[in-house]
Amino acid sequence: MTDDILTTPRACEGRAPDVFSADPEACVPMRTYADDDEVDFAIVGTGAGGGTLACKLAEAGFRVVALDAGPFWRPLTDFASDERAQEPLYWTDERITAGDDPIELGSNNSGRGVGGSTLHFTMVSLRFRPEWFQSRSRLGYALDWPLAYDDLAPYYTEAEDALKISGPVRYPWGPPRRRYPYRPHEPSASGLVLARGCERAGYAWASVPLATLSAPHGRAHPCVYRGFCAAGCSTNAKQSVLVTWIPRALAAGAEIRDLAFVGQVETGGDGRATGVVYHRDGAWHRQRARHVVVAGYSIETPRLLLNSATGAFPDGLANSSGLVGAGLMVHANDGVYGTMDEEIRWYKGPPVMTLSEHWNYCDDKDFPGGYAFMSQGPLPIAWAQSVAQNRGLWGLDLRRYLMDYNRMAGLKIVGEVEPQDANRVELADAEDALGLRIPRVSFSYSANDRRLKAHARRTMRETLSAAGARDLWEADGTAHLMGGCRMGSDPATSVTNADGRTWDVPNLWICDGSLFPTGGGVNPSLTIQALACRIGDRITTMAHRGEL
Amino acid sequence: MSNVPQTPYPGYDVLDTWNSSSWNDATREVVDRRLREVPERRFLSEDHYATLEAVVARLVPQPDRPGDPVPIAPWLDHRLDTDGGEGFRKASVPPQREGWPQGLRALDAEARARHGAPFTALGAEQQDALLHRVQQGEVQQGEVEGEPWVGLPPDTFFSDVLSAALGVYYAHPAAWSEIGFGGPASPRGYVRLGADQRDPWEAEPRQTR
Repeated sequence: MTDDILTTPRACEGRAPDVFSADPEACVPMRTYADDDEVDFAIVGTGAGGGTLACKLAEAGFRVVALDAGPFWRPLTDFASDERAQEPLYWTDERITAGDDPIELGSNNSGRGVGGSTLHFTMVSLRFRPEWFQSRSRLGYALDWPLAYDDLAPYYTEAEDALKISGPVRYPWGPPRRRYPYRPHEPSASGLVLARGCERAGYAWASVPLATLSAPHGRAHPCVYRGFCAAGCSTNAKQSVLVTWIPRALAAGAEIRDLAFVGQVETGGDGRATGVVYHRDGAWHRQRARHVVVAGYSIETPRLLLNSATGAFPDGLANSSGLVGAGLMVHANDGVYGTMDEEIRWYKGPPVMTLSEHWNYCDDKDFPGGYAFMSQGPLPIAWAQSVAQNRGLWGLDLRRYLMDYNRMAGLKIVGEVEPQDANRVELADAEDALGLRIPRVSFSYSANDRRLKAHARRTMRETLSAAGARDLWEADGTAHLMGGCRMGSDPATSVTNADGRTWDVPNLWICDGSLFPTGGGVNPSLTIQALACRIGDRITTMAHRGEL
Repeated sequence: MSNVPQTPYPGYDVLDTWNSSSWNDATREVVDRRLREVPERRFLSEDHYATLEAVVARLVPQPDRPGDPVPIAPWLDHRLDTDGGEGFRKASVPPQREGWPQGLRALDAEARARHGAPFTALGAEQQDALLHRVQQGEVQQGEVEGEPWVGLPPDTFFSDVLSAALGVYYAHPAAWSEIGFGGPASPRGYVRLGADQRDPWEAEPRQTR
């Protein structure tokens, strides 16, 4: 990729990149709006939340401008098969990480570009366990969501259809469901290590429902198992937001404005949002809008609301509860690795191909919450850094150990952590190059979180040994971000209602993972997209009723 | 035991697939630039750079490539020059453009305090022992003149430099070849995914294994 794409917008003058074309000049037509044209919705961010909602609202006939701080990639011609060259897919602006267990940011849990972090996610597309939406009242821990599984179920189906999820005929966990749209991928050797271990240790396992194609979809081809999923998919098999919702949004008349960094949501004298102030092409602009949706994910969404403080909203927008930024969650991402006798070559295929959700659905355990454990396939740089960090190896010892790369196998969890208001996003004193205060992210595990992590490590050791791995060791780490602007039923204890509408500013909405009151033990992207589908439908319904 | 690491894949060179359908143009371009355009030192002072080179030579030793090691220090200097990397830092750690020079200075001060010589002049064993103490955070805080580690956790400095060095080394085709990594794989990808299976263009392990 050239440096140009990081500085020169591609979606302008009525055209946007045709992501399905191997011609680096090919474009699709795009409706465009002037800054002083008051659009129906200005959406900040085009990832799993914002990109999906832009599609839904445009298809419902609303006039939509969706802005993204990152570039508009052309996967077929921009993306290299190379970990280092693909680093611009990550959000690497300066951030402070603090607390007892400061979380890794950067490549670990953020994306930059139209499509957001779905550009480099591992495509794991799981539904929440139904009880998790009422985990306080039904399971006795954490918080209830302001909606139930049944409210979201049709939208899970809609998202699974849109992404043509490849999944098993019978998924062992959760309520009865119809078949996944596409057949499952055959597990790789690393996936079969988990399968063998689970069968010997007595856990159910399954092929992971994946957002990568097992058959053609439109102009996208099936997955070729190149294994660079976390560095961006150069064949479009991965059903990222960039190649699913965004093309639909453009076709329905949305404008996608790339390399447009929103620094402030503006409010008027009546306390309503009037539009967004954004930086593009070296200058600040102001897009007027009847409604503003913030979809910047769990750090940038609270940061933007806090940075939008005014005399009328001195603590930031939508923050009368004081909870903007609070309740930030990650997933515990502990891992266990070992050496196999046979060659696994885990660089091939999607990195995560099999899983067990046993401990998400079994409640006989010494901690609240749940976790799934999954097969792994890290590429060389990520692998080397993990070995160094977790085993303390360096020098020739490290080089020698890494030469067994092709015999490694491992398991990692996606483990639920408790929502704690002390884990939060705040503004640091330092400012970025645009003069905007940078975020400070604080995170500490709770005692319950630590019990979950210890339990999970025992489970994974048991499973991996049963599969025949030796010389086991454990890795620490986190994955994903959730919370920071939780939805709820009470304005005193939440930032938005079940529709993502902020309690304080009636035409300001949030639509991303920051809405999550709890994190569950599964990857969040499918739930974010399902929520966005539901919010899109709710907005349309309310508009018809004159309730906007 | 030999000090020189032995690859399980002798004779395998990932670059042999350069002209195949495993390499698309975007990949050829970035790897070609990486191999040909090694940056000049621009950010660190000559002394700090020399210390960094000596540190990297212990973190990722390459006795198997005498005279022709995979270049690491130039890319680390380039990273500082462009303020690249992952962008986030712990609240207790200064920004890398301040922290790295401080750490290199502190390491050198530590070497002088313990051995009366700069880090670059120490033998490999002394360097390793010193780096091990830095990794463990066991530095002579207070005993070294000027207290050079103040405000910089030595263990974090160590792991940041190590992690960045690995990010450079394992981005090099020579490193891919030695661990038997298939390397670039677009648009062709792979067909055989099972245990002990490989496509014809993947690394063939030594027969004795």
